[in-house]
Amino acid sequence: MKVAELVEKLELEILGGEQGLDQEISGGYTSDLLSDVMGKAQSGMIWITLQTHKNVMAIASLKELSAIVLVNGARPEADMLAQSGTEGIPVLSTLESTFEISGRIYNILKG
Amino acid sequence: MQMHFEYSVEGGNFSQAGLTSSQVKKTLKQLNVNGAVIKRTVVALYEAEVNIVAHAYGGTILVDIDEEKIVIELRDEGPGIEDIGKTMEIGYSTATPEVREMGFGAGMGLSNMNNNSDLLEITSEVGKGTCVKIINHFKDDNNGNK
Ligand SMILES: Nc1ncnc2c1ncn2[C@@H]1O[C@H](COP(=O)(O)OP(=O)(O)OP(=O)(O)O)[C@@H](O)[C@H]1O
Ligand SMILES: [Mg+2]
Repeated sequence: MKVAELVEKLELEILGGEQGLDQEISGGYTSDLLSDVMGKAQSGMIWITLQTHKNVMAIASLKELSAIVLVNGARPEADMLAQSGTEGIPVLSTLESTFEISGRIYNILKG
Repeated sequence: MQMHFEYSVEGGNFSQAGLTSSQVKKTLKQLNVNGAVIKRTVVALYEAEVNIVAHAYGGTILVDIDEEKIVIELRDEGPGIEDIGKTMEIGYSTATPEVREMGFGAGMGLSNMNNNSDLLEITSEVGKGTCVKIINHFKDDNNGNK
């Protein structure tokens, strides 16, 4: 499934990195610990987190993740948003909690 | 082929963390290195780079690439590590509350480095600094079976 399709199904807000919306999603990873994501996430995964700083983009880029979903209505810091544009990795936002959005994404990708 | 690169890393500057890893990744891609090896190298290097930012005052990263392998040496000036064995344990971290709030400090970095390098060597002098050496071979069959 492409990032754009997931955005539509879950009514996610697109905050940046629109160029990456046609990226294919290979799976998902939910974590707020950066070295956990570094060690365990696989390329193409969508990353669900409450972290909103620039290092999130550095990891997403190094790991070639397909998109980032910020939970609980979180907004990215300005430099995170800027890097999302230069990397072409979408930063998405939802008002839902980590538990709810992870469950819904799981159902769509694996259900 | 023999390439040498040097990068400097500023302690405490999280906005620059990962820049060296990103540069090295680009270089390895240009050299058409096996994708799995690039992934492993990037994880190991990123963790070592961020450790300089999070735990030391500053450092230098030396990268040497030839046909067969990449050798990375990260030398920092910092507090050093007293008990290297203990730092290898998952969950052990001396990261400050501010650093933890950013999602660093899970105490998983060294384990990631260990899992993603063919050779990992750490030497340290308390009060002076730490040197981390990572070697990864480009041949497929060296992957994962440390
Ligand atoms: N370059 C270094 N200089 C001084 N101490 C270090 C250095 N690298 C690691 N350490 C020590 O080893 C501990 C464990 O490092 P490790 O990378 O595994 O975890 P962390 O950096 O604390 O958290 P994480 O990497 O999961 O974000 C650190 O908390 C720190 O005490
Ligand atoms: Mg670390």
